[in-house]
Amino acid sequence: MSIITTKNLEKIYNESIVPVHAINNISLSFEKGEFTAIVGPSGCGKTTLLNLLGGLDKPTSGEVFIDGINLTEFSSNKIINFRLRNIGFVFQAYNLIPVLTAKENVEFIMELQGIPKQKREERVVHLLEQVGLKERMNNRPGELSGGQQQRVAVARALASKPKFVLADEPTANLDSTSTGNLLDIMLKLNEMENTTFIFATHDSRVMKRARRIITLDDGKVVQDENIKQNMKKQVNPADEN
Amino acid sequence: MNTILKMAWRNIWRNKRRTILMMFSILIAIVLSLFTRSMQKGTYANMIDNVVKLSTGYIQIHKKGYWDNKSINETFVETTKLRRLLAGDKNLTLTIPRLESFALTSSGKRTKGAVIIGTDPELEDSLNHYSKKIIRGKYFKSGDKAVLVSDKLAEFLQLGVGDTLVLIGQGYHGITAAGKYPIKGIFHFPIPQLDNQLIIMPLEESQYFYAAPNRITSISLMLNNPGNMDKTITMLREKLGADYEVMPWQEMNREMVQAIESDNVGGIIMLAILYMVIGFGVFGTVMMMTMERRKEFAIMIAVGMKKTKLLTMVVWETIFIGVVAILAGLLITYPMLLYLFYHPIPLTGDLASYMIAFGAEPILPFSLNPDIFIIQTISVIIISIIAVIYPLSVLLRFDVLKAMRS
Ligand SMILES: Nc1ncnc2c1ncn2[C@@H]1O[C@H](COP(=O)(O)OP(=O)(O)OP(=O)(O)O)[C@@H](O)[C@H]1O
Ligand SMILES: [Mg+2]
Repeated sequence: MSIITTKNLEKIYNESIVPVHAINNISLSFEKGEFTAIVGPSGCGKTTLLNLLGGLDKPTSGEVFIDGINLTEFSSNKIINFRLRNIGFVFQAYNLIPVLTAKENVEFIMELQGIPKQKREERVVHLLEQVGLKERMNNRPGELSGGQQQRVAVARALASKPKFVLADEPTANLDSTSTGNLLDIMLKLNEMENTTFIFATHDSRVMKRARRIITLDDGKVVQDENIKQNMKKQVNPADEN
Repeated sequence: MNTILKMAWRNIWRNKRRTILMMFSILIAIVLSLFTRSMQKGTYANMIDNVVKLSTGYIQIHKKGYWDNKSINETFVETTKLRRLLAGDKNLTLTIPRLESFALTSSGKRTKGAVIIGTDPELEDSLNHYSKKIIRGKYFKSGDKAVLVSDKLAEFLQLGVGDTLVLIGQGYHGITAAGKYPIKGIFHFPIPQLDNQLIIMPLEESQYFYAAPNRITSISLMLNNPGNMDKTITMLREKLGADYEVMPWQEMNREMVQAIESDNVGGIIMLAILYMVIGFGVFGTVMMMTMERRKEFAIMIAVGMKKTKLLTMVVWETIFIGVVAILAGLLITYPMLLYLFYHPIPLTGDLASYMIAFGAEPILPFSLNPDIFIIQTISVIIISIIAVIYPLSVLLRFDVLKAMRS
């Protein structure tokens, strides 16, 4: 069974003034263990789609199911709790709480989840080790490079043992070395722990290593290709409506 | 929770200079208001102390109606029963019966109206220390058929120690009172209005002069603990019944009480304005702190932090700022006030003579009344509440996506 399914998802901004059809009837599903890039020109709706998948935004119509649970039916407070327990996030920048150290940032999510101190401690060290930052765990974000900060953000996203991780342009502010490094880590986590990653990106370096690439244009899915199986599936926009 | 506190504490130090500036402004307000309040309260206490000691006592017992119609006819007899009642109250340290009235005094060609106080020389001295105010001659004792005259009055009458004074007045029930008395001593009374018209004589002598044996106009009471004055008054009123009036010093010194009250209100208004200015300064700063962190807040909410937790954090931030400022303020001010309480600033020059004229010691006294400190704490709490209103309103209608996009 898919972990995420969307059904006829629509998002229209400014409905009353000048409507912007940011997401136009998207029905997609994502399987456990995917490593997927959502790509397309600027303004095509990547961020909007991720926000809908992560319950940060409500669709105008259509539904998002996570493990069969309809996200669109949640109240806003319930959804915060749901995100905390099920979804990991990595944003483009300002991911971390600046006054907490790397370790505290990761641990904080688990504290919010109510995980006991002992267990948190073990897992934090383990996660920071996996992203290669065990030595820097007592540094605050301001004392870490952009790439290192994003690696801490990945560790934090995984701290809650989420069903999947959503990352909106996680490499946009990074140089190639840091990007490569971050991708290595995420791929490793994906392969070893079967963590599901879904990115929105412009970055060709990310696309190259993705296993599935969903291309959007004008709020519609125009291409959905599965790289591993090397099988291209062209979506005919005419079929959608 | 622990992490929330840690975050709040660290957050306030993110912009050290701004936080220090904000704390400093609260601190200035605290120091300033502690000083002014302590001085005001100290002065009031001093004034009250003076008036209580020099004139009315804490409580007076009169015959019903005496205060409104101060006549020799409105006197009462100091009975044994009354004496026993007063002796039995542990809150009373001193009870002074007095017979006060008016008389014309003359010497040669000069004549003047005078206030005659008949009192017990020993008791009176233990309160007013007249013996120390004697500038010429000697203090008197019970049984003396002599008077003490205040400095300015003696000057007016051109009389000195050993000279004789003639008194003419109206005695009890319209009997004419007349007498000749040698002057035993001349004293300086610190209140000028009284210094030119005061004559003191032993109580029995004045009773004889006014043809009012055993009668008195008042009994002044001094208290062990002025805080229990109301209790003592209630008790006395109950026991004495409707023939007597029992008055607290406030009722007998209405003008001073009003002067203190209006001065006090003035002081409070000044400080309220000061605190309001500071409060809005803090409000503005906290508003900036919140605006700057909208993106950070958005991400925290996105990753699963509830708004209530964020709110808790922001509230703690203002509490920390307030607590640090008030602690610093108290730590700086308290030792100074403590010193000034025991070593009041002596005044000199015009101000000093002005105060002496009003019967007060020429000092700038300070008070350590706990109220002063409690009010400051409450003020800072109110500032903090004002300051937290903005972040509260922002967080309550926080739009995560909007904040992230900005
Ligand atoms: N709050 C909003 N109000 C109105 N229009 C919006 C809003 N958010 C996004 N849009 C519009 O919706 C469309 C999709 O925006 P979105 O941010 O999802 O694009 P994107 O693919 O993430 O672009 P980029 O690659 O530049 O990040 C754009 O046309 C954008 O202008
Ligand atoms: Mg985007």
